[in-house]
Amino acid sequence: MTYQPQQDFGTPASYAETQVTLTIDGRNVTVPAGTSLMRAAAELGTSIPKLCATDSVKSFGSCRLCLVEIDGRKGTPASCTTPAESGMVVHTQTPHLAKIRKGVMELYISDHPLDCLTCAANGDCELQDQAGAVGLRDVRYDVKADHLGQAKDQSNPYFDFDPSKCIVCSRCVRACDEVQGTLALAVEGRGFSSKISAGLASDNFFGSECVSCGACVAACPTATLIEKKVVEIGTPDRSVVTTCAYCGVGCTFRAEVRGEQIVRMVPEKTGKANRGHSCVKGRFAWGYAQHQERILKPMIRASINDPWCEVEWDEAFAYTASELKRISQKYGKQALGGITSSRCTNEETFLVQKLVRAGFGNNNVDTCARVCHSPTGYGLKTTFGTSAGTQDFDSVMDSDVILLIGANPTDGHPVFASRMKRRLRAGAKLIVIDPRRIDIVRTPHIEAEYHLPLRPGTNVAVLTAMAHVIVTERLVDEAFVRERCDWDEFTHWAEFVSDKRNAPETLEPVTMVPAADLRAAARLFATERNGAIYYGLGVTEHSQGSSTVMAIANLAMATGNIGRRGVGVNPLRGQNNVQGACDMGSFPHELSGYRHISDGDTRRLFEVEWGVSLDPEPGLRIPNMLDAATDGVFKALYCQGEDILQSDPNTAHVSAGLAAMECVIVHDLFLNETANYAHIFLPGSTFLEKNGTFTNAERRIQPVRKVITPLNGLEDWEVTQRLAQAMGLDWNYSHSSEIMDEIARLTPSFAGVSFDRLDELGSLQWPVNEAAPGGSPIMHVDGFVRGKGKFVVTDYVPTDEKTGPRFPLLLTTGRILSHYNVGAQTRRTENVAWHKEDLLEIHPIDAEDRGIKSGDWVKLASRAGETTLRATVTDRVAPGVVYTTFHHAVTQANVVTTDYSDWATNCPEYKVTAVQISASNGLTDWQEEYEALSERSRRITAEVPAE
Amino acid sequence: MNTVERLVYMANQIAANLATENDPVHATANHIQLFWDPRMKTLILEHGDAGLSQIAAAAIGQLVKQHGAA
Repeated sequence: MTYQPQQDFGTPASYAETQVTLTIDGRNVTVPAGTSLMRAAAELGTSIPKLCATDSVKSFGSCRLCLVEIDGRKGTPASCTTPAESGMVVHTQTPHLAKIRKGVMELYISDHPLDCLTCAANGDCELQDQAGAVGLRDVRYDVKADHLGQAKDQSNPYFDFDPSKCIVCSRCVRACDEVQGTLALAVEGRGFSSKISAGLASDNFFGSECVSCGACVAACPTATLIEKKVVEIGTPDRSVVTTCAYCGVGCTFRAEVRGEQIVRMVPEKTGKANRGHSCVKGRFAWGYAQHQERILKPMIRASINDPWCEVEWDEAFAYTASELKRISQKYGKQALGGITSSRCTNEETFLVQKLVRAGFGNNNVDTCARVCHSPTGYGLKTTFGTSAGTQDFDSVMDSDVILLIGANPTDGHPVFASRMKRRLRAGAKLIVIDPRRIDIVRTPHIEAEYHLPLRPGTNVAVLTAMAHVIVTERLVDEAFVRERCDWDEFTHWAEFVSDKRNAPETLEPVTMVPAADLRAAARLFATERNGAIYYGLGVTEHSQGSSTVMAIANLAMATGNIGRRGVGVNPLRGQNNVQGACDMGSFPHELSGYRHISDGDTRRLFEVEWGVSLDPEPGLRIPNMLDAATDGVFKALYCQGEDILQSDPNTAHVSAGLAAMECVIVHDLFLNETANYAHIFLPGSTFLEKNGTFTNAERRIQPVRKVITPLNGLEDWEVTQRLAQAMGLDWNYSHSSEIMDEIARLTPSFAGVSFDRLDELGSLQWPVNEAAPGGSPIMHVDGFVRGKGKFVVTDYVPTDEKTGPRFPLLLTTGRILSHYNVGAQTRRTENVAWHKEDLLEIHPIDAEDRGIKSGDWVKLASRAGETTLRATVTDRVAPGVVYTTFHHAVTQANVVTTDYSDWATNCPEYKVTAVQISASNGLTDWQEEYEALSERSRRITAEVPAE
Repeated sequence: MNTVERLVYMANQIAANLATENDPVHATANHIQLFWDPRMKTLILEHGDAGLSQIAAAAIGQLVKQHGAA
């Protein structure tokens, strides 16, 4: 659509149930009580001039431009701070008001550069608009002192700050406070000396606590805070509403474009997941889409020792199909498999699993959720009956106590974290269970009631100890349990957790959590009205990941915290479409909608639709594929949108598995690490270049809409379809919406989903079916999907990954705000300014013992392998625990992680690796060898390969 | 760890985590039946009891009966 700024109602919406009716400029309007006059007028389509007001922050009443007259009242109150009342008669345009406004604007403009024609915000500037709106034609003041000519702060990689253009409306400061919750900005000085400051006066934006979420830039009514891309390219001429491709929050954005060039990504106010907010990744880190390292032509090679040869699409598909057929004929159909991606759309994911099941003739399909949230699928299906979180994000605003375990939302899910922080600032209490003192434990205006810094690997022990307190101190919501859960299973579980061996005091030597703190935290969680549990990969990526998920579910059921707003079990999904990839039948044992492949009735539905016979036996999971490859029986892999060599554990094992295959097909944007072992490279398209849907952590199915033409010529679903056709499958989708139609026909929880409905409603939360045509924001409202909620006994079984004299420390891994997963996207953006390399966090005591200082190169060694990186000495980690990220290929943190995995799902135990740290003076042998391999493997030639 | 050793480890791990079920042997056998691919099942069924915990061995025994003699 043609570019139009988003409508600004001036002040936030009121959600009061009481309605009031008033008259504005002779027209009646009915609004919820608490609505400002400014917003009520906006609802009528009347724009009251304003500068300091915007609907993302509370009204402030400072600019004095939005004054109105009200019959029977003296003066000219500000419409942004005056609530609408029944019977009010309001006038927004009178000669008196016009005179005042013009005078106010004249003052503003007297201290503002008159360079509109060359200003980057020309045509997209509220100050300019308001000057026009009030009819300002002249500035009479002979200004002796002004704020013009001040130096710009261009330190931030993505936006500039030009104080000369600032009108000190403080919208940026309030956006940082209220929307983002970082409180990095302030108005420094008083009166004429007032100016916006990022942190201390000596700080610039880059050096400050600013997290570059862009809320201040979005709120700025002038060109003071403006995207560098707008300065460089100019203002956009069209926009497309789509969904971010980073993290499981799934923010709705307006991609604003000039021609085929992306100008900026602006958070969409109507987005139900993000409510108009964004983070540094979604808002700014999209430059990878047009990065020079994008591979845009298919490539093939006979051996991984050969250089790549560019070929046309037709040749690539013919060659790929012939290789897959050759291998199937030579080794049997079980020698083939595929991996779907949580970064791709539902439609693309569905097609890959369909290709494997219907084309390859087996169920050897898995997804990267294997290595992140597969225990969530198992645990929540077992206990509740559905493999998904129970709430929408808005629900957190009704929580009274939040239990956060194994998640670091301010880094991993920053937009939701801002919402959570808003609720915490409003008084909700916080319990954090995490080995590290993550930022949310103590951040401006927020302090956790309890931080339980458990020893990595003891989640189940901690949660069972909390259950012990709740049961033995009679804090169970018995009415809920009797009505909603299986009582016999509850009593069996209650007996188990009540055992003295599960008491906090007994388990303290194991968990390292002070028993008194644990008891107090359990009491707090059980006694507040609405208790919500949020968790992440610190729960799932353990040898007892599934048990931990079930222990969380037990806790929620025992305290009656399921089935209404403000409560629930909420997995924070790592990647943008983890939920969707799981929903779409990416696991080797399940068809879409989590129905087991052995279920004949379900299988027949697919067999009729697809015209093939399906194997009733589960296929191989990713680690099992690699095992089978090293055994010589798994020979070909189609890997879409994943980089298993960097993301999966025990890199040596992954590389051995890949090296043992005869045909590795990588379908991706870049020559990633896995591509070092690939024989065929099919170039992929970014989320900006295709149509489809993503499903976020709240089960919200959201549209992904094509913003620009695919640089490689094909959307990813088209690539998979062309490959299927080359293999002889009769696939003829003409648009990705037809794939969703097929998903809806085959998947009961998606029965009411279509592109048309998504375009109409913006998004839908599954299940969307006859019983819930508008979707299901909260699940298990009247009863659990499985019938009665199931309490599962979760006995603590310690991991076999043990510390000892050789490896005395425990390594846990995670991510940081500025990077995403293996960093393939964010490393190709300016985000590297914040994080150039993976760093090892080590406690001062452990560092002192080893003679290590911050910035030193250290060797990180485990039983699986060793790598080197720089150290950061910090007490964020407990003694005995070290931490690093896995964003950089050169570090390859997964060289040291092991094959230990979750007992139920094989989700790797990334969070517990016994390691030793020592001083280092160079790269390890592995790193040097890998660097050479990587360089050799990335050669590209235009020559046709020899037969 | 070779593949069979890994499967033995996995079977023991499943058995240990399902030990508190009402029927841990059946629960373990059922888990393997539902989540392992045919080759993995064949390998563990052919492997015998060596290295398996009591529950895991009994579960494999149950699967052997279900699938026919290994």
